[in-house]
Amino acid sequence: MARLLSFAAFILSIAASPSYAAANEGDLLNGGKLVLTNAVSSIEGASGGGIATWATISGLETDGGIGVTGHVTMIELPDYGWQSQGVAIGIANRVELSYARQNFDTRDVGTTMGVGQGFTLNQDVFAAKLRLAGDLVYGEPLLPQISVGVQHKRNLDGAVTTAVGANSANGTDFILSASKLILSQSLLVSATARYTEANQTGLLGFGSAAGKGYDFQFEGSLAYQLSRRAVIGAEMRTKPDNLGLGEDDWMDLFAAYAVTDNVTVTAAYADLGSIATFENQRGAFLSAQIAF
Amino acid sequence: MFSIMLALVMLQESPAENIDWDKEFDVEETVRDPVTGEFPIEPFSQDNANAGAEPFDNAKIARYFGGQEGIRKIAERTVELSEQDPRISAIFVARDTVRLKRTLFEQFCYLLNAGCDYSGRDMMAAHAGLGVKMADLNALVENLQQAMGEQDVPFAVQNRFLAKLAPMSKDVVTR
Repeated sequence: MARLLSFAAFILSIAASPSYAAANEGDLLNGGKLVLTNAVSSIEGASGGGIATWATISGLETDGGIGVTGHVTMIELPDYGWQSQGVAIGIANRVELSYARQNFDTRDVGTTMGVGQGFTLNQDVFAAKLRLAGDLVYGEPLLPQISVGVQHKRNLDGAVTTAVGANSANGTDFILSASKLILSQSLLVSATARYTEANQTGLLGFGSAAGKGYDFQFEGSLAYQLSRRAVIGAEMRTKPDNLGLGEDDWMDLFAAYAVTDNVTVTAAYADLGSIATFENQRGAFLSAQIAF
Repeated sequence: MFSIMLALVMLQESPAENIDWDKEFDVEETVRDPVTGEFPIEPFSQDNANAGAEPFDNAKIARYFGGQEGIRKIAERTVELSEQDPRISAIFVARDTVRLKRTLFEQFCYLLNAGCDYSGRDMMAAHAGLGVKMADLNALVENLQQAMGEQDVPFAVQNRFLAKLAPMSKDVVTR
């Protein structure tokens, strides 16, 4: 009996010791993803390439953990300046919640548009993504990681979106993505269908007063892994032209490098076509991301 | 709390001097094979299919690995790196790493079509009860990548080999 009691006390003392508790809470911000498999932050704040959303979940966490990501992005164009920043939380490599703020400087175009030189269009993007099936790297080679997402966008310049003929300053995009790293070819392939009524991703509002609304758009990325830390690729993204301003599809050529396991920098040449009738908006895309 | 524990400790009767505790708790001491240096394991049916994937159909990839000698170095180095890796070293404590180095070499050598048979257990049996998490597998992959890098295996070739291993994750990751 005494032996049994002392054994029980021994078990209790182990259970109450701090080291045992520590072993159970070690997954928070503890990382664990393979380098670059958290992808980078797309312009809408969701994990993806530069302009395309992927099925990846942000943050370095794996099954049991929580990860966080922050990013800043700038795009320098002939007539405009894009700047955005955002944060994202990844939960158990299953759920992603993100927020991004986009600031689009109209520079001299602002004068032409009658809103004033250097007028900046602002937009908030609140997004959620859920991984439904598959794994980017592991599992069946032919089963990609598949995610669904929703991106709620709130344009803060309703007067401008109304003036250019948009139906609304707020809108919601619905997203279905499939992404896979095809290891045998060192290739990452990603395809996304986006159900959206956003004009210039929402910076010029949503739909048109004339009645144009939701339609399916496509985002595709193809990337080649040069090393554990370096990847180069190309992306394209189709866009609607609800406003009749000649809105073009987007494309970019990018290189991303994981400077450390936590920091990724992305540089790209982006062709954003015509924006509000100002054509040939091609320029440099730069983004930095920190993730845990 | 402490005083209660102290009291409980005091309550213990001191054990007799000449008790064979191994016998008392049915502990059987296992000893390493004097030739191979490995601990014996439960018998199982040996089959190359246990390697978990079809091998490459020629030895071209194996040449980038430096043949059997290079493959052995990579397999052993992967185990050594993992034993020293604070993220996953606990998984290898009390494992027979002598045997693991041999079977991992055989598995790699078989899959790379470098002229070996695989004599180990299948991936599910070999990892049963290890409690491997996805993060642990990723750490192991990084160690394998480092070992391959040290043998100057080109990155694209490393990935071709990892493509053979990646689908096995479902049998390796158990929690």
